[in-house]
Amino acid sequence: MLRALFEKTGQAVWISHLDLMRLFQRAFKRAGLALTHTQGYNPRPSVSIALPLSVGVQSHCELLDFELEGEAVSCQEITERLNGALVDGVRILKVYENGDKIKNIAFLDCTMALEYDKDIPQGAETAITSLFSRENLLVEKKSKNGITEQDIIPMIRQITVTAKDGHCLVLNARICCQNPTLNPVQLSAAIAKYMPQLTPDFVTCCRKEIYTPEETIFR
Amino acid sequence: MTELLQRILPTVQKPARYTGGEFNEIKKDPVQTRVRVAFCFPDTYEIGMSNLGMRILYGIMNGMDGVACERVFAPWGDMQKAIEDNDLPLWALESQSPVRDFDMIAFTIGYEMCYANILNMLRLSGIPLRSEDRQGLKNIVFAGGVCAYNPEPLAEFVDFFCLGEGEDITVEIITLYDKAKAENWSKEAFLLAVSKIPGVYVPSFYRHEYNADGTLSAITVENGAPSVITKRIVEDLDNAYWPTKMIVPSTEIVHDRANLEVFRGCIRGCRFCQAGFSCRPVRKKSPEVLYRQAVETLEDSGHNEITLSSLSTSDYRGLKELTDQMIPYCEQNRVNLSVPSLRADNFSRELMEKLQTVRKSGLTFAPEAGTQRLRDVINKNLSEDEILTTCRNAFSGGWNNVKLYFMLGLPTETDEDVLGIAELVYKVIQTWKEHATNKKRGLRVHVATAYFVPKPHTPFQWEQQITPEEYLRRCKLLKSHFYSKSITYDYHGPDLSRLEAVFARGDRRLGAVIAEAMKNGAKLDGWDEYFNYGIWFDAFQKCGIDPDFYTVRGYGEEEILPWDTINVGIDKKFLLRERKRAYEAKITPDCREGCAGCGANRLLKEVPCDA
Repeated sequence: MLRALFEKTGQAVWISHLDLMRLFQRAFKRAGLALTHTQGYNPRPSVSIALPLSVGVQSHCELLDFELEGEAVSCQEITERLNGALVDGVRILKVYENGDKIKNIAFLDCTMALEYDKDIPQGAETAITSLFSRENLLVEKKSKNGITEQDIIPMIRQITVTAKDGHCLVLNARICCQNPTLNPVQLSAAIAKYMPQLTPDFVTCCRKEIYTPEETIFR
Repeated sequence: MTELLQRILPTVQKPARYTGGEFNEIKKDPVQTRVRVAFCFPDTYEIGMSNLGMRILYGIMNGMDGVACERVFAPWGDMQKAIEDNDLPLWALESQSPVRDFDMIAFTIGYEMCYANILNMLRLSGIPLRSEDRQGLKNIVFAGGVCAYNPEPLAEFVDFFCLGEGEDITVEIITLYDKAKAENWSKEAFLLAVSKIPGVYVPSFYRHEYNADGTLSAITVENGAPSVITKRIVEDLDNAYWPTKMIVPSTEIVHDRANLEVFRGCIRGCRFCQAGFSCRPVRKKSPEVLYRQAVETLEDSGHNEITLSSLSTSDYRGLKELTDQMIPYCEQNRVNLSVPSLRADNFSRELMEKLQTVRKSGLTFAPEAGTQRLRDVINKNLSEDEILTTCRNAFSGGWNNVKLYFMLGLPTETDEDVLGIAELVYKVIQTWKEHATNKKRGLRVHVATAYFVPKPHTPFQWEQQITPEEYLRRCKLLKSHFYSKSITYDYHGPDLSRLEAVFARGDRRLGAVIAEAMKNGAKLDGWDEYFNYGIWFDAFQKCGIDPDFYTVRGYGEEEILPWDTINVGIDKKFLLRERKRAYEAKITPDCREGCAGCGANRLLKEVPCDA
């Protein structure tokens, strides 16, 4: 099994998880790399992407697992050929063998930019910092069984809030991303719920890095 | 700060359809660009990107020096609301710049019920709807596609139409515009010059006058424009432009696969079918060229499926040779070869087995009519025997799914013909009972009926459409004769087909109706989510127009027809002859058995008709 570390930025953030799988299947074909297929009645190319990313979120640490048929091609060459066959915004950073088991991903670092069209409200930095220092913080979460409430504090390893400029607060957080999973959107949802006057006009989100339970970089 | 459009994207469904940036998208350097064309498809991205004509013309225009062609699609309702709320103008995908900044605005029109979308897209772009309200060379609006064969309902809005296949005419038009822009011509001078290009129809050069009863009394030609405009065709398809580097959408579209056109035209002559006549004469592509293009297209796009398309792929003479080459390639490269619209002949049955597409899609037949008599009337050359033989083979091979498509309201149809549908379906069920090898899962027969819409340039162009009430009566009559639990019966509601009939044979007076309906929110009428018959009904009332004039009235053979200025290559005498044969329930053999003399071969100068 091979693993590709890739990033998803720019306009490509609007491509959904399922569409991205299809996009990769075609990119492999364009690159002249034959994927192995699943067995069974309806064989499918064996590609899988760990931790589906929400539409609209950037990432610098996506993982794609795949297997190739035929003659072995070097990881370097796979990287180059795929990058020649992908769309703007989806870029392979490296391809490697013997990746760690996906279930060992535990945390991720994300950055959220909270944009305020007018100036950042007075005291927002301190107020938001204190919000995430509370003992518990119940936030609604949409799941298959409808909306449930979840305490997000145990899932936040660390969080900092800094002003980037007069209009933008940057939230850097290390959060649980598997068993249990905290969707970064819930961080801004917490602000909107508990401090509605600090609700930003727009929020962008970016995944920066993923970690093992021991908080070493996961690959 | 994030710009407005990027802020809207997270709030709408399927945002990837608004961003561009797909593989093989063509972005040209603005500095090197003299003519910018916004190529608008009046439906959603998923539909428009599945359109082969658009892909061909996109490649051709962008292949021209100094020309940049960008794509524009109709936004879904949520996006429309967002851009209206935020006062954003409609934009083109490649540069994300407003449509109104483009020199030329091209529409491809394949369906009557997208007329409201055309006006809506102009409105969302901030471009005046009416031709006369757009001054100067900026924002010249032109259109092509099958609906241009009767473009009268859009005559007020579109500066000119291009008739027929666009490969050559598009280049001639843009080259002329390039010169006009460089020399700073007036719009009038440009329209005069463009009307001299064969296949171009400038509606403002034709004055339509009406009798007291509402029929046309005269069409007067002005400014030295041609009295009849003949559609353009490409004669040598082997050497015609073919886009092997097609855009590969990053989001799922309706026909999410490579598409290869194997020939143009149709030998069949089904009397209700507009494409069957208006796409003549028959011109083939050779299997060698097709195979090469198939491989190039697949390798460039990375698709895992390819469709061999045409109006009737079984009638492609090179089908065996082509599939013999393609099947091994496809198997080796894990590509699914799909061959839709196969007829129920022996070779096709063998082919279907080889392709195994039957397993995926089930069997689909379009007998269109329930009795042999009525199938002879419409010249649909599909016998009960062929249907039942194919069903028998399929059922004994383990298949348990059949779809049957019919029309109701065909000329001369009686209740006996309607009940003939039920009888045919019953025989299919009998065949299953006798021959099915796998009865555990039961049989599913899906029957659908559509409401017959008479179309211009067909032998049925003069026919009446039955009333919606009568259509529904026939649907219910049929439904009451389906006893088996295996049958699922769907019938299309009459409203959409009634409007389609109005606009298909409509005249210029309908422009006001389209504008009124659009003003009141008509859009995306092809989608159940948005189709609102009430809006259209009110628009007809407000404009004082009776839809029945265009539908149940029927047109007289002596009457001047709104589309009489347009020649698709088929003689009116031939259409009248075919109409007469229809009433006598006489079939006309397909073109390969003998030329029926439709006249389309006269469009060819270099090669003979390949029927």
